[in-house]
Amino acid sequence: MSKVLIFSEVSNDHPKSVTLEILGRLTGHECEVAVMNNLSGNVKTELAKFGASKIHCLKGANLDKYSPEGYAKALKELITKNNYDYVFAGATSVGKDLFPRLSSMHNSGMVSEVTNFIFEGDKFFGTRPLFAGKCYAKVEVLGPKPHFVTVRPNALGMPTSNSAKAGEAADVSVDIGAIRAIVKEVVKGTSEKLDLTEANIIVSGGRAMKEAANFKILNELADVIGATVGASRAAVDSGFAPHAMQVGQTGKTVSPSLYIACGISGAIQHLAGMRTSKVIVAINTDPEAPIFTKADYGIVGDLFQIVPLLTEEFKKLLGK
Amino acid sequence: MNIFVCVKQVPDTETKIVPTSDGTFIETSSIKWILNPYDEYAVEQALLMQAANAGSTVTVLRVGSLKDTEALRTAMAMGADDSILIEAPDNLDSFMIAKALKGAIEKSGKKPDLILTGKQAIDDDCLQVPQILAQMLDLPSVAVVVGMSQAADSITVKREIDGGAIEIYELKLPALIACNKGINTPRYASLPGIMKAKKKPLVQHKLADVGVTDGDKRLKYSGFSLPPEKPAGKKFDASDAAKQKDVVSQVVGLLRTEAKVI
Repeated sequence: MSKVLIFSEVSNDHPKSVTLEILGRLTGHECEVAVMNNLSGNVKTELAKFGASKIHCLKGANLDKYSPEGYAKALKELITKNNYDYVFAGATSVGKDLFPRLSSMHNSGMVSEVTNFIFEGDKFFGTRPLFAGKCYAKVEVLGPKPHFVTVRPNALGMPTSNSAKAGEAADVSVDIGAIRAIVKEVVKGTSEKLDLTEANIIVSGGRAMKEAANFKILNELADVIGATVGASRAAVDSGFAPHAMQVGQTGKTVSPSLYIACGISGAIQHLAGMRTSKVIVAINTDPEAPIFTKADYGIVGDLFQIVPLLTEEFKKLLGK
Repeated sequence: MNIFVCVKQVPDTETKIVPTSDGTFIETSSIKWILNPYDEYAVEQALLMQAANAGSTVTVLRVGSLKDTEALRTAMAMGADDSILIEAPDNLDSFMIAKALKGAIEKSGKKPDLILTGKQAIDDDCLQVPQILAQMLDLPSVAVVVGMSQAADSITVKREIDGGAIEIYELKLPALIACNKGINTPRYASLPGIMKAKKKPLVQHKLADVGVTDGDKRLKYSGFSLPPEKPAGKKFDASDAAKQKDVVSQVVGLLRTEAKVI
């Protein structure tokens, strides 16, 4: 049994679901959770239900907003005090930025964005994609403990059963001192939807969208099924969509339950970024398009006719 | 201003990846190597900062094999002044790469005012080196940067976070900035630039010269393998307008009853 700390982000009064995925996988280990600032009753209950024995609420000046140095210093204090074997987080934009710095503070190794892992006794073995998912490898961490791991959201899946623990909460006051890189302002994105990397359903458009305005039909479909909209590199390079929406090797690697590719031919670098999607639907006029080799359901046809029909059909199905 | 740019040489994005027979890495013999796409933005940003700050130098660093020096030559052809190559296997882990970069920067004798990197290398996709290096050099860092401007004694940078939202940071140099697409438009290397690059200094070090030993190894990889191929899916012909409605309703039905994802 290993002693594990999981750093959890909180959004909309819930722990991010990747925290619960990780907790579910660590049944049998002693799992504590760290959150920044105040803990709501709701978040506490959920963390306890999924197996957190203790919840540490880190409090101090300069922790109201994320900063790589501030968060890393705060967590370092907690980790040094408690001698963890492993420290986990989701591979979110905070986790990806924070954990390398934090691991370096401990002179320790870190594994980025595993999609699966097992313990053999107390030894961690992760599986992670490389080359944007064109291949996979097994990885273990060497050198001083604790070892740091980030986990790709949606990859492990939510636990089907869980063993509740006490979830005993305590404040930990930390003194992180002055911060050099300070967030002055946060400008919200155009979309309030889940980020592509965390989305459960994605609707993506390719070069065949022809122009930015045509993404309207994808947005309409996405609204009905609760999806986030993405784009291929061809669509981004043509100026139809911002880079934040790009799926692929030079964009975001995603693994939703459902990926609907509209007018995307399926270049190798795009397939690399979305092939771990559980179910793939492809719509393309070219029956020979490579995307069809990865699609569970392929529709050969014009997206401008098919997508609105899909929207209507889903509306009926979902009673909207 | 002493500007350092850390780059990596990676397989071209169109490369078909083949694991080695012993599963310890991938076959690299027939790969076309390129400058990591995100590092092009870092090189460009360095050149823009050099132009805005008289007397600045731009030094490019790379840790990797000697098979090809494409990445460093590209960066120098774009306009960087000189470069440092730390000879190492192409699958070194992030901790060792960061430590080698730190050692090489210190060995150069120049105190860094600004270190620029790409936000990630598209080979191992770890996104670790920028932050580890910043921590090792005790510098502030901002990653996934899509905008950067300079004032009298500070810089303002825009970091892209989840959902395309932007965090705006203000900080003083020295600092490390990891660049994302969107921060600038990288220039093409001109023909005279390419010719000139051949004569620019390229210093070479071994890992031991920059203080890296086997004891710095933090990750052990094994079992490189290709992802399992998906069984062939179902394909429906809806090129004929009369069939479209039927096909769509069939697929939506299957998504609920067979795939159970909606």
